[in-house]
Amino acid sequence: MKRRDFVKNTSLAGMAGLGIPVIYSHLLPEGYTPLGLQDPDPFTLFKKDKGMQVLNDKPWNIEAAAHLLDDDVTPNRFMFIRNNGLIPENIDVEKWTLTIDGESVISPKTYTLAELKNKFPSYTYQLTLECGGNGRSEFDPPAKGNQWTIGAVSCAQWTGVRLKDVLEDVGIKNDAKYVGYHAADLHLSRDPEKEPISRGAPMAKALQDETLLAYAMNGEDIPLAHGHPLRLVAGGWPASVSGKWVNRISVRNKVHDGPKMGGTSYRVPCSPVAPGEKVKDEDMCIIESMPVKSLITYPKTGAMISQNKTLEIRGHAWAGELNVRSVSYSIDFGATWQECQLDAPPNRLAWQRFSASMKFPEKGYYEIWARATDSNGESQPMVLPGWNPKGYLNNASHRIAVKVS
Amino acid sequence: MSEKDQFKEQLQQVSRLVNGIMVIFFLMGAVVFYIMIDPELSLFKKEEPATYVTITPEEDDFDKIENGIHVRTGLKDADGLMTVVNNCTNCHSALLVTQNRMNEERWRTTIKWMQETQNLWDLGKNEDIIINYLVTNYPPQKKGRRGNLQFIDWYELE
Repeated sequence: MKRRDFVKNTSLAGMAGLGIPVIYSHLLPEGYTPLGLQDPDPFTLFKKDKGMQVLNDKPWNIEAAAHLLDDDVTPNRFMFIRNNGLIPENIDVEKWTLTIDGESVISPKTYTLAELKNKFPSYTYQLTLECGGNGRSEFDPPAKGNQWTIGAVSCAQWTGVRLKDVLEDVGIKNDAKYVGYHAADLHLSRDPEKEPISRGAPMAKALQDETLLAYAMNGEDIPLAHGHPLRLVAGGWPASVSGKWVNRISVRNKVHDGPKMGGTSYRVPCSPVAPGEKVKDEDMCIIESMPVKSLITYPKTGAMISQNKTLEIRGHAWAGELNVRSVSYSIDFGATWQECQLDAPPNRLAWQRFSASMKFPEKGYYEIWARATDSNGESQPMVLPGWNPKGYLNNASHRIAVKVS
Repeated sequence: MSEKDQFKEQLQQVSRLVNGIMVIFFLMGAVVFYIMIDPELSLFKKEEPATYVTITPEEDDFDKIENGIHVRTGLKDADGLMTVVNNCTNCHSALLVTQNRMNEERWRTTIKWMQETQNLWDLGKNEDIIINYLVTNYPPQKKGRRGNLQFIDWYELE
């Protein structure tokens, strides 16, 4: 017996020992190792840049750093991963189906991927997806969950069919209030009866032109960790609305009640509370549009420059459902602000490029702060915004450090 | 010897032959039956523990502690470590534990939430051991409303 075969067989036996049956193991191509056995190096596994930060390896939660997000369109290697459960195993694209059901459909209907692609027109949008808990690590008292710093945001190009076209084809009743997704990921306990997460959005968001059932990201099949083969994408809202590995969408006659729709999950106090205050369940409201925010993506924090140089900075700004009206920067800890150049978004719900150039009046330690203002006139706070039990919606100004000599 | 006796003698020979053949068949049957239940004939072989020995060192390393850290999980080696490892790292990574800084009350709420929604079992008297380990080794840190910029990697920008 060849050593490779021996290793393969013994590891397959080991997998069976873990209570995981390896079905069709005799059909595994030579040299292929099932996902569960692969080197747990996430950078290889998910084709991520080595500069990405792993916050959690079960479930996978990985974030970018500000300077890694400099591209106009975020490539996969710099895209954060936020998983609530385990990535589905053995995805068969040929057999993948999407069922639309729920109280508010006239009758349930099921589509194969090919039917979705052939029956409905495709659209491509660049859509900002930010984790509701991006920035959680700064809250005091500390908030429970993955301690994201600033890198749980991306703006990739998503291609798919409009959810509204599909819903129209199915036929929905007048009492439709909310859509809720169901997906193929596994609960951490591996209990098949449990869903790791099943969230959604009100009909108004579901029926927007930019709300897609996406099958491609940046012109290729969606990477496995980002929802292959089908993902609901709802830009500008907490990224948890954009359900990965979607195989069912329920049109509900009430607010969807799947896991992580209630309690403190993706909800914040309806009225502001003091840091650490207990909030009753009925006083919590579901997060919808994400707040205005910006990131300085160039230069990387820690730049040392000479005083005679002009420093060019650039970054992205976004504002959930809204546009960004202006971005300004400060090099004196917020005492004075200068306007940045700001580009229009390539489409609604995509981030906007800003840039500026500056000279420094004297040698020393500086921080460059960026502050965006949305089309309603709301700006980013310079300190932490309102505390909430799970540490969502931290849109405080991004800061980078610079030394001038 | 009378003809009768001769016949008796022959009859006994035949009878012994038949009995002998039956015994042989029975023994063969017994052997076949034994081979069916123990094809390896292990009863007749010496135990060879050598084939299992290789696993032992790995088992020993499984809960290795290095520089006060439980290598497999990254948790600090302190009272209650293995109770935390055995109850809190089955479903999710220990990284989700060490990232979080909570007081006793909030850990209790979190455990209750995991029991209600995430299939966590009843921890019994281990609950106090786990919470004591967490609040002692991973206490909340005051951060204020905005901290200084940290972990700056200074570099020359051309």
